[in-house]
Amino acid sequence: MKRARWVSWLIMAICTVYFATPLLCTFEFSLRLKRGQYSFAAYENVFTDSRFQETFLYSTILSAATIVFGTLLVVPTAYWVQLRLPRLRPLIEFITLMPLVIPAIILVFGYVRIYNSSSILPMTSASWSTDLLLGCSYITLALPYMYRAIDTGLQSIDVKTLTEAAESLGAKWPSILFGVILPNLRVAIVSSAFLTFATVIGEFTMASLLDRPAFGPYLQLVGANRAYEPSALAVITFLITWGCMGVIQLLGRGRRGSISASAY
Amino acid sequence: MTPLSAETVPPSRALAAPAAPTSFAWLGVAPFLAFAVLFLILPTLHLAVGAFQDAEGHFTLGNIANLFQPQIVASFWVTIKISMISAIGGAVIGFLLAYAGVMGGLPRWVRPVLMTFSGVAPNFAGIPLAFAFLATLGRTGLVTALLFNVFGFKLYDTGFSITTYWGLILAYLYFQIPLMVLILVPALDGLKKEWREASDILGGNGWHFWRHVAIPILWPSLVGTTLLLFANAFGAVATAYGLTGSGINLVTIMLFAQIRGDVLHDQNLGYAISLGMVVITVASNLIYIVLRARTRRFQ
Repeated sequence: MKRARWVSWLIMAICTVYFATPLLCTFEFSLRLKRGQYSFAAYENVFTDSRFQETFLYSTILSAATIVFGTLLVVPTAYWVQLRLPRLRPLIEFITLMPLVIPAIILVFGYVRIYNSSSILPMTSASWSTDLLLGCSYITLALPYMYRAIDTGLQSIDVKTLTEAAESLGAKWPSILFGVILPNLRVAIVSSAFLTFATVIGEFTMASLLDRPAFGPYLQLVGANRAYEPSALAVITFLITWGCMGVIQLLGRGRRGSISASAY
Repeated sequence: MTPLSAETVPPSRALAAPAAPTSFAWLGVAPFLAFAVLFLILPTLHLAVGAFQDAEGHFTLGNIANLFQPQIVASFWVTIKISMISAIGGAVIGFLLAYAGVMGGLPRWVRPVLMTFSGVAPNFAGIPLAFAFLATLGRTGLVTALLFNVFGFKLYDTGFSITTYWGLILAYLYFQIPLMVLILVPALDGLKKEWREASDILGGNGWHFWRHVAIPILWPSLVGTTLLLFANAFGAVATAYGLTGSGINLVTIMLFAQIRGDVLHDQNLGYAISLGMVVITVASNLIYIVLRARTRRFQ
């Protein structure tokens, strides 16, 4: 057993080196903008860049919209399937897994072709409708995690009893959904929201191919033109990712089956 | 890149189906189905149909035949190789890491740290991950400089470059390994203590246990997860694009350029490439699902 423990430590150590080195190097590199001394100048450049502010704001708003409308799409569906249409569950689950099977680049290729300016639904012809299209593609990307998180949340509460109780107290559908079901899904919804945010904020492929001024394409642009700022941006995005996942882990603590366990 | 989640499809709680669902009950899922048709099914179908049409819309197998020109075959092949090596590498290292963290007799705090990190790392992918590896192993990267200053070792004289084949694989492992750990830890937890005890009582040692009990039980999820990692790497765009620009002839990078500006001068050939990619990801996911169903029997 002693030998096994030694091997375990060795594996751990090698992997720690592999995973920590890029992070440390990126951080060190991001401090090197001023010759001969460490400084946060690269971060200053990033934060004062108006393109950074604009694209970050754009992606934040878009991910907020993705979260709100994605939740509004998924919660009633998952609820309804659980309550009234359990036979449809395999179909709905299959659909929610499709975005994991079909690469994002294929989906966005399809969008570009069928929603171009000469089609019946010319979503890419104006910038507001392209924003809408990008929002919908992000909902599609988030669908697997969102659906799984919310469906797991629904299974941990007694949907049927809650609905009947609300109905017998005279509640109508909107107040059952918004007053009873949604509050009970708080943890699941917030978890999936942060995961969605972490995914959407730096998303590159779809935003770039739909030609929207999002944070992901901005990152790529900086990477192509600057030396130290990309590292600063990588550190910033990594901190955002950690922040989002940290919140999810905190929320998931003590609740088995929450997103941190079910998303993968 | 997308972290994958086909793993936990929760068993549906047995809900008594309502006595007589009204015939309008399906309306409740209509918005969702409409969304799925618009943003998942139609776009994919459009490409799949287009792959079998010429520019005038007539049926043809010409696009599929055109896929076999050397440049496209080469790009599929290099993508498959990179995805395969990063998947197998990620699976093996991820397995060792998961084993060390869960069953390796390490202090108790190791496991939650490992799991938390594995939850975060797959989400740190794409362009920022490319930046991190450029800062580490790029031409002016810190490790490259350290290797030279400390050991006098010129990394780039060996033919290595972070912007080529092995560099890309090294970067992909950054999300492949933790993904493997995330999926595999529950499977390792599923190995019952009693099995190990039974094996010990019968006089087996660690090797016997792994060779005759654990691996036969785990192999469907090992192979299945490897396929999942493969599909994951195969569809990835952003990490490669951020790291190499169009330096590596990956099929996703080629498709990216094709969507941007029809570099192949043949729209329908672009559709055929898409179809080829979907066939590959669907196939590896199908095998994953079949293998997944086999693992379930033991749990």
